[in-house]
Amino acid sequence: MDKNVDISLTVNGQEVTRRVPARTNLVDFVRYELELTGSHVGCEHGVCGACTIRVDGAIVRGCLMLAAQADGATVETIEGVSESTEIADLQKAFHERNALQCGFCTPGFLLTAQELLSQNPSPSRDEIREFISGNYCRCTGYQAIVDAIERVAGERQAAG
Amino acid sequence: MKPAPFAYVRARSLDAVFDLLDEHGDDARILAGGQSLMATLNMRLSAPEVLIDINHIDGLSGIEVNNGKVRIGALTRHNAIAASPIIAEHAPLIAQAMPHIAHQAIRNRGTFGGSIAFADPAAELPAVSRAVGADFILQGRNGTRTVAANDFFLGLFETAREPEEVLVAAEIPVIPANEKTAFTELARRHGDYAIMGVAAQGSADGGNFSNIRLAFFGAGDRPILAQAANAALEGQPYSDATVAAAQEALGADLDPMDDLNGPPEMKMHLARVVTARVLAELAS
Ligand SMILES: Cc1cc2nc3c(=O)[nH]c(=O)nc-3n(C[C@H](O)[C@H](O)[C@H](O)COP(=O)(O)OP(=O)(O)OC[C@H]3O[C@@H](n4cnc5c(N)ncnc54)[C@H](O)[C@@H]3O)c2cc1C
Ligand code: FES
Ligand code: FES
Repeated sequence: MDKNVDISLTVNGQEVTRRVPARTNLVDFVRYELELTGSHVGCEHGVCGACTIRVDGAIVRGCLMLAAQADGATVETIEGVSESTEIADLQKAFHERNALQCGFCTPGFLLTAQELLSQNPSPSRDEIREFISGNYCRCTGYQAIVDAIERVAGERQAAG
Repeated sequence: MKPAPFAYVRARSLDAVFDLLDEHGDDARILAGGQSLMATLNMRLSAPEVLIDINHIDGLSGIEVNNGKVRIGALTRHNAIAASPIIAEHAPLIAQAMPHIAHQAIRNRGTFGGSIAFADPAAELPAVSRAVGADFILQGRNGTRTVAANDFFLGLFETAREPEEVLVAAEIPVIPANEKTAFTELARRHGDYAIMGVAAQGSADGGNFSNIRLAFFGAGDRPILAQAANAALEGQPYSDATVAAAQEALGADLDPMDDLNGPPEMKMHLARVVTARVLAELAS
């Protein structure tokens, strides 16, 4: 059987058509085929969250979904949500609160935080911790990340 | 690591799945949420020739309640179950378990059927299925058959599903008015597989336990219905002596494995701890 597949999808607003080996996962696809290297690859078995990508509006593990499965889907990476300024306030808060050091985990945290705030506009600190429990950060100790997300929740609430 | 090369087929019907399973046998693997399968492929723990993606088959997902039973389609995502008012009202033990299953991004993809078919002994839903008395509907080319959760889990990652069958749904009796539920698990980090956990359903009406089903996960090579402990509880009031008797009986029920989480003695201790917690909750 043919071990390649033809796929067409929308990535950050642009139509993309490619022929890829069926085993290519979504995060390798965006990194190597599309040169969108903001999504990172850590563990490759679903544990660390560095590969977080949004597919049809919901975050997924880019290492546990095949590019072939994204045929016909709408995919957004950290580059897309940065350019649209959708998460500009989160990025600013992460920066100002030192919620990143090496930055390897940061794209995953930002996309995860954005999904949290879209579902629960005023989460408690415990709810923030629970929601980001699937993302590893080896540098910050998480405290500053929780602070930054909490601050943006407050700002967005205040802005209505 | 990257998986070994394979072919990918997006199946549009169950018949297409049966054809591919016939043709490729052991070399084919069903792909549902992929949240367990992809990880094992990436680690090259298995190397199938063909993945059969069932995500685009109509009618495999959804939650409905009919004739006293809640039906959950195999392809229903964890997060859809977590958000379902039907589950919260009629199968509350499942609702209580959901937040403990992995993490948001994984729950957006992972499916009920995948979790049952995978049969990880430390997973929540297989044990919950035993406590609630679920039935699983398996479909093959020649029709469907029903297997009770209590007969489904045969060993470590081993189930009664035949290789040429697809798990299409689970049916769960609507919780009777006199029954309550309780759920506790101990894990290293929120969302990790449990080191030890228990799902419980039954009656504490009139002050005495009756028809209590304690089902453990992380306690052996499969989800375990604690028959000796459940028998020890029958007709007893909630008291220190009753809790102690149930804890004592667990020795006959559970057989925890020695693994990275710790030795069997530690896990038996944890099993007694979670048992005391759920019994207190059922009695409250
Ligand atoms: C980091 C991480 C943490 C996790 N933590 C937990 C946890 O705490 N608790 C927990 O329960 N799970 C956990 N999971 C697993 C998650 O719940 C999976 O989604 C689930 O176990 C498998 O479901 P799936 O739909 O992803 O199945 P897949 O990975 O697609 O399939 C799993 C297996 O089942 C077979 N299969 C799937 N669907 C069917 C079907 N309908 N009929 C027949 N065979 C089928 C497949 O062929 C495969 O062998 C975790 C996963 C990760 C990556
Ligand atoms: S690389 Fe995907 S979760 Fe770690
Ligand atoms: S900032 Fe380095 S891993 Fe999080």
